[in-house]
Amino acid sequence: MLTLEDLVIAQGDFRLTADITLPAAGITALMGPSGGGKSTLLAAVAGFLTPTAGRILWAGQDLVAHPPGKRPVAILFQDNNLFPHLTAAQNVGLGLRPDLRLSTKQKEQVSRTLQRVGLGGMEDRKPAALSGGQQSRVALARVLVSDRDLVLLDEPFAALGPALKDEMLDLLKETLGGSERTVIMVTHDPDDARRISDQTVLVVEGEVQPPQPTEELLANPPPALSAYLGT
Amino acid sequence: MAQRALAIAPGGPAFAAAGLVLLLTLGTLAAVVLRAEWSGGLAAADWAAIRFTVLQALLSAGISVVLAIPVARALARRSFRGRSFLITLLGAPFILPVIVAVLGLLAVFGRGGVLNSAFTWVGLPPVSIFGLQGVVLAHVFFNLPLAIRFILQGWLSIPSERFRLAATLNAPVGRLLEWPMLRAVVPSTFLVIFLICLTSFAVALTLGGGPRATTVELAIYQALRFDFDLGRAALLAVVQFGLCIGAAALVWRLTGRDPVGSGMDRVVQRWDGGHPSADYAWIAATAAFLLIPILMIAVRGVPGLADMPQSIWAATFRSVVVASVSALLCVAMALALSMRGGMVMSVIGVLPLAASSLVVGTGAFLILFPVMQPSGAALPVTMLVNASFALPFALRALGPAVDQVTADYGRLGASLGVTGWRWVRLVVLPRVRKPLGFAAGLAAALSMGDLGVIALFAGQSEETLPLAMYRLMGAYRMETAASAALLLVALSFLMFWLCDTWGRKDADA
Repeated sequence: MLTLEDLVIAQGDFRLTADITLPAAGITALMGPSGGGKSTLLAAVAGFLTPTAGRILWAGQDLVAHPPGKRPVAILFQDNNLFPHLTAAQNVGLGLRPDLRLSTKQKEQVSRTLQRVGLGGMEDRKPAALSGGQQSRVALARVLVSDRDLVLLDEPFAALGPALKDEMLDLLKETLGGSERTVIMVTHDPDDARRISDQTVLVVEGEVQPPQPTEELLANPPPALSAYLGT
Repeated sequence: MAQRALAIAPGGPAFAAAGLVLLLTLGTLAAVVLRAEWSGGLAAADWAAIRFTVLQALLSAGISVVLAIPVARALARRSFRGRSFLITLLGAPFILPVIVAVLGLLAVFGRGGVLNSAFTWVGLPPVSIFGLQGVVLAHVFFNLPLAIRFILQGWLSIPSERFRLAATLNAPVGRLLEWPMLRAVVPSTFLVIFLICLTSFAVALTLGGGPRATTVELAIYQALRFDFDLGRAALLAVVQFGLCIGAAALVWRLTGRDPVGSGMDRVVQRWDGGHPSADYAWIAATAAFLLIPILMIAVRGVPGLADMPQSIWAATFRSVVVASVSALLCVAMALALSMRGGMVMSVIGVLPLAASSLVVGTGAFLILFPVMQPSGAALPVTMLVNASFALPFALRALGPAVDQVTADYGRLGASLGVTGWRWVRLVVLPRVRKPLGFAAGLAAALSMGDLGVIALFAGQSEETLPLAMYRLMGAYRMETAASAALLLVALSFLMFWLCDTWGRKDADA
């Protein structure tokens, strides 16, 4: 369970406030206009920004004092999710051991996970030798092998074409949806939210609103959301 | 701002590197200031040395810049076979050992050189390369290429659309486009060269000397080496530091350019006049001026290469070790400082630019003298000094690349726990391999050819190849000196090439 308790993040003139709780498992979509604070929120949860006030509680523990690498967080960014000089297997292996000293068993686990995302046999390829969709799959495989239960997705598939993106979202739902993990995904597209999320959190003008069931929210959008969606 | 500073790289090495640079620059300066003999003040000879130092630097910088303007213009607007080779060649003097170039210049302009042989043949009196004209000649040899590169960059930075626009308007290109560019580029180029010439000890050592052609650095060397007058050497070192810091402050304000920049492959298409033959004459004269002395080294050096004395090979071995260690140390310091980043680290990184190797050497001598025989520390001190003197150039190559890696992958590394030494080993080193190799090559070559601190410290059993060469020249064993020069220049470029090639090998996108 992720609880943002009286959280305030100030960046220059911009202020983001949040006071919500997300359940321990399931996929939550994060929607709202650009500049509303979606990425800022993820950066604070991941540990790249220090909140001005409030607490970020995960399973009852405050994460604020922990550096990014010590948080139970796996994050995928819009780009630069893979190190170009490392092979697919090495990039995935970083999710198991950040010093890359993998045991034989862990190497097998990496291969199995690559197989699971449809990249069996591509262990030794470097990102440049993979397509955009395949690169996204490698990044997803790294999230899957790690034991971090809070998964943050900051529009990692934004650069993919519509068909590839849907394919990735389905794979995401299949691999992470049924697990014990809490997944938070930033998206601009209500169809994406419908496709995989159980609930949606609106972030508008610096305010993080409580989660609501995605279908309900999109069927009866509040004024801020309908203005954003243009409906 | 609540932005968390990503402390992803280890901090310890950066502080160690910063400490070493500060010790070598400010620490040695403090030693010099404390030991300086203030009571006597400056003697007439010291004032003469100051005047000569400034005069030769002004002349060298002035002549280099004035000659560079037509050559740079010719290179900017003419396209010919070998143009890119010539531009690459213009970068070569940077890693060409000074003592080698001096020997080459002697072969052309010296008493028994090509030029004087021709003069005698047509009945003209011989000219001497020693004294002011020799020092200036050697400095122009080294800095004309640098000036050409700076000014050529200025010419090529004028967008080609402007030349097109000027052509359609039939406007004067010179006044409209070229004059404003020159006014921006020439003063900073002049100052950089002026600063370099203030601190070029090896040229003054070999071609200067005597009451009328002694630089402050040469006076320091003589006070320490011949008179063993530590107080006077220290006082002169303070004077030299004052000269350098004044010029460096001016340079700092006026520049920010990269002397080893690239992107000079293109030619500006022009529609205004200017006769091609004049341009080609400038280019040919420059190429001859730069190439003939080097070719003379090869011509004179090859015959004696096989039977060089054993001591040369020993000196060669020492030089290779010194250059390798100092290159490693230099890139390690550059990496540490650039990963740490920040204003303080970057200021520390350029501090050695304002330092003179003779000032640093005098300070180190004063620190070591009470506790040990300085000649025993000759090689370690040379390694440290060479590493820090190459540091500003290494930082220029590495700094932007390291910043880019942090910007692109810092967050990813932090979130995965790839921090500290893991971050260095798994991410930074593989990703900055190319500039790392280039910087290491530069540092190795600069150290290989260095004739500064080592001249202050070394006895017979610590001499490096440049010092051995200098001693051969002093003994008029010019044939052997030329062979040693050939070996030295070959090794300098080989070390650069090896490091640079290593850096380029399977570089990933």
